[in-house]
Amino acid sequence: MNIETIILLVPLLPLLGCLVAGLFGRQVGRAGAHWVTILAVAGAFLLSAYVAWEVFFNELPVLNYSVYTWAVSDGIRFEIGFLIDSLTALMMVVVTFVSLMVHVYTIGYMHDDDGYQRFFAYINLFTFAMLMLVMANNFLQLFFGWEAVGVVSYLLIGFWFKKDSAVKANLKAFLVNRVGDFGFLLGIAAVLFYMGSLDYAEVFAATPAVEGQTMRVLGQIEWQVMTFICICLFIGAMGKSAQVPLHAWLPDSMEGPTPISALIHAATMVTAGIFMVARLSPMFETSVTALSFILVIGAITALFMGLVGIVQNDIKRVVAYSTLSQLGYMTVALGVSAYSAAIFHLMTHAFFKALLFLAAGSVIIALHHKQDMRQMGGLARYMPVTAATAWIGSLALIGFPFFSGFYSKDLIIEAVKLAERPGVAFATFAVYAGVVITALYSFRMLYLAFHGPTRMDEETRAHAHESPLVVTLPLVLLAIPSVLIGYLTVQPLLFGGALADAISVREGHDVVAQLADKVSSPLMFGLKGFLTPVFWLAMLGVGLASWIYLLRPGLADSIKARAGLVWTVLDRKYGFDELYQRVVAGGALKLAGGLSRGGDRFLIDGLLVNGSARLVGRLATAARRIQSGFLFHYAFAMIIGLVAVLASFMLLR
Amino acid sequence: MTEWPLLSLLVWLPIAGAVALVALGERQPALVRPLALMSTLLALVLSLVLWAGFDAGTAAMQFEERVVWIAAFDVHYHLGIDGLSLPLILLTALIGVLVVIGGWTISDRPHLYLAAFLVLQGLMTGMFAALDALLFYVFFEAMLVPMFLIIGIWGGPNRIYATIKFFLFTFFGSVFMLIALIWMYLQGSSFAILDLHQLPLALPAQIWIFLAFLIAFAVKVPMWPVHTWLPDAHVEAPTGGSVVLAAIMLKIGGYGLVRLALPIVPDAAAALDWLVIGLSLVAIAYIGFVALAQSDMKKLIAYSSISHMGFVTLGLFLAFAILRNTGEVTGAGLGISGAMVQMISHGFISGAMFLAVGVLYDRVHSREIADYGGVANTMPWFAVFAVLFFMANSGLPGTSGFVGEFMVILAAFHANPWFAFVAGTTLLLGAAYSLWLVKRVFYGEVANSAVAGLKDLTRREWIMMVSLALMVLAVGVWPWPLIHMMEASIQNLVEHIVTSKLPG
Repeated sequence: MNIETIILLVPLLPLLGCLVAGLFGRQVGRAGAHWVTILAVAGAFLLSAYVAWEVFFNELPVLNYSVYTWAVSDGIRFEIGFLIDSLTALMMVVVTFVSLMVHVYTIGYMHDDDGYQRFFAYINLFTFAMLMLVMANNFLQLFFGWEAVGVVSYLLIGFWFKKDSAVKANLKAFLVNRVGDFGFLLGIAAVLFYMGSLDYAEVFAATPAVEGQTMRVLGQIEWQVMTFICICLFIGAMGKSAQVPLHAWLPDSMEGPTPISALIHAATMVTAGIFMVARLSPMFETSVTALSFILVIGAITALFMGLVGIVQNDIKRVVAYSTLSQLGYMTVALGVSAYSAAIFHLMTHAFFKALLFLAAGSVIIALHHKQDMRQMGGLARYMPVTAATAWIGSLALIGFPFFSGFYSKDLIIEAVKLAERPGVAFATFAVYAGVVITALYSFRMLYLAFHGPTRMDEETRAHAHESPLVVTLPLVLLAIPSVLIGYLTVQPLLFGGALADAISVREGHDVVAQLADKVSSPLMFGLKGFLTPVFWLAMLGVGLASWIYLLRPGLADSIKARAGLVWTVLDRKYGFDELYQRVVAGGALKLAGGLSRGGDRFLIDGLLVNGSARLVGRLATAARRIQSGFLFHYAFAMIIGLVAVLASFMLLR
Repeated sequence: MTEWPLLSLLVWLPIAGAVALVALGERQPALVRPLALMSTLLALVLSLVLWAGFDAGTAAMQFEERVVWIAAFDVHYHLGIDGLSLPLILLTALIGVLVVIGGWTISDRPHLYLAAFLVLQGLMTGMFAALDALLFYVFFEAMLVPMFLIIGIWGGPNRIYATIKFFLFTFFGSVFMLIALIWMYLQGSSFAILDLHQLPLALPAQIWIFLAFLIAFAVKVPMWPVHTWLPDAHVEAPTGGSVVLAAIMLKIGGYGLVRLALPIVPDAAAALDWLVIGLSLVAIAYIGFVALAQSDMKKLIAYSSISHMGFVTLGLFLAFAILRNTGEVTGAGLGISGAMVQMISHGFISGAMFLAVGVLYDRVHSREIADYGGVANTMPWFAVFAVLFFMANSGLPGTSGFVGEFMVILAAFHANPWFAFVAGTTLLLGAAYSLWLVKRVFYGEVANSAVAGLKDLTRREWIMMVSLALMVLAVGVWPWPLIHMMEASIQNLVEHIVTSKLPG
């Protein structure tokens, strides 16, 4: 098989799996459905790994080619094609590996569900869409993948479509994402207008010529064209990667089954925005204004969403807010031109966050779909594997030295410190404060769920036990990279130039390169990690969590009582939900009703259409009255008319 | 290239089928439905033969047939097609088959019902193929009659109001077009559309003629604010009537603009493009909101149609604004292509959505959204198709609904970023009203006993849903064949309309 065929098979296998499980689910049965889809994803993973091997170790040159021509109109070619370079290869491996783990895990998690086959069809379809997104070599296909993952996310959040909360959450997720896509589409339209193509390579080639051009959007203010394009595109990323203020859909997406929270809403789809900015780094590098905007948005998300995580009681929502905060870290990295650091954190986060979600899911299975941490406690005794892997995931998340998250998060913080552009001061504060917060909510979750006295009722406790192998095996397999992947890949990915063919950073922006000396060896960097302020800030968070939630039970409640206002603000998530629900959605519906009643029914139909019909009717009635049939009436009218005509002639002359 | 008068066959074969139905119907009721199906299937095959023989490399008219009709006024029975008419003829043939299958269960005088549709199909095909303006006008007016009967006889309780409104609105518009055509005949002594394309006209005359065309076609599209007949007509029409109305009859307005208004009076179109663009943007955004407020499924889809047709009129008239903004015509063809694709795609999607409402109406006899809830529990396969079609309606990439809107938005940015901005609101509004309907009708617990008793799709309904789903996906995944078919004609059109026709 030549390499093009192998590459083509990577997305096609899951698509075929989806068709078999989706259309013939009844015929192939439950086992048939999971075998077909798992084999499809396993095949995609192995082929991706082969491609990555060729790219990273055998120096496969960058492949950029068209698979088929989607359309040609007005001399503009719209292609479906692949761009295979280091960034793509890395994403392909991450996506297919996490997807494979989630597929296996699903056998256990969805064991009793009526929609078993449908679920496997959806997650295969998702894998296909996500692969199309990361493998695209043009904006059209990027947008296809972008919206397609959104649709599968919509279908999966609403998987239990009988649940009202689930179908509310999926509509919300889709619409909020569409706000982002709206900006994204305008950005793509601007790209075509100014660069004359939608092909990445051609657009990058045309970028220098567009740089410096200005446009007027509103009034007399001159915008840099590149700033306009980049901010529009980033608005798309804000929707998909759930950045404030387009973040509100992600916590609600937890209404979906836990496997997809791990796959879609932690490891892959929500990182599409991060991937997109890194992929388009030659464009974003031309606009420091846009990068500053990105930096500030990311910093706000990293800090404020982490804070909300502290007050959540639903175990999945803690992890969800943690995801928001970590996506904020990645966005911050993009904002300081540390694209490779963002991608590095994307990768480590994919492993340890998928692990944390799946561990949370394992707990949820054991407790028969109870998710409230106030009714857990002491679970480590009943489910040792789950507890151990949750510990590993949490240590990686808080950046404990040598764990994967340590390398990626520390480097982002170091990069921010070195950067020079508007917004850096705030971002520095946010990423440092975020470290304490991350440690605090992570250990709060560990303690409330796995340690301390148990708060389960008798019946639940009697049934609590470790999950089956199909659940624990993916946990273990994800725990391994959660520990090791950072140590193993930090050197080549960030400093060895492994991503150099995909990411371009301007001279003077390259903060990652300046870090090379610091990270001369991963071992030394890890050891020094124990002496940095970041480590002690994390320990502060861990200490706070231990004191409040482990050593002094009851303290939490008194803090809550005293910090009334702060707690309320956090518990209400700063009021975004109310704002969107009442003002945006409510306002739109009011406007819609008003336009429908006032505009269409009253003004156009009532006055103009039926009004003119009535007018004709009245005129006819009046005309009928004039036709009285008496000759002298007609004669009289004729005389008046004649006089009027003559009079007008005389007057006008 | 062919001795067979293919276009005439496509026009008259369904009408002959209709005559046979009327003649046979009373005596041989068992033959009615198979005969109707055979006629439409034969027409579909003929249309595919037409496609196979079509040369996409040229903008010239093909398959021409020309016979003198009224010698005194130089009126000809003149048919012929180019890349702008062929896709619409194919669409008409395909929808024709589906409507017959959809009308299989009609029990009230089925022979007359199906005959009306066959006549309608012939007349619409004739209009898309007509190259003589008077012939065009005759088809244009004549098709009102079968539609009037379909709604007036097989329609809902308020059908009389709806039919009269429908008739008056559309008839009102077309009178102006007839006057314009006769005036131009007096100038150029020809009714041939291709001659009219070359007829030099002064700007004031062009403006008047343009306005006459605009009134005639705006009503058909329909454009805001002459759209209010459409929701009423849809609500009262039987399912098949709604399907044809939405899928094909609305395209007559867009086709008229592209075949007559733009090439005959391009200078007036350039002078008044702000009017059409403005009305189109109002349609997209304003009507999108109005659709959100509807509680009747058919009304919602009707408003959604108006909003989507805004992309057609927008795409068609972007050329002049692009030329003014950039000094070039790059993007103009993209806009017109997008408009044409949008017409075809809307034919599939709106047809499918009205069929879907028909599926529910046949079972529950209600079009109110509030009477449903949790339909996915009892009709899971139907829900799959419905979600697909409503997603396509909200412009999902990979479905045909994306292609036209995408192209028009890209082209709109060439003219003015704000056009693209307003048009882009459909991303939100379209998704909001489409998916909110899906949520209320299909998701949730089973809402009532009527929903609890629902049975999933019958085989007949499967055929309709699958064929439209395949078309929606095919055009979404690979629109190349469709766009390629039109490309030469569109490039020719763009060249033609940016060249002034003012005398001297």
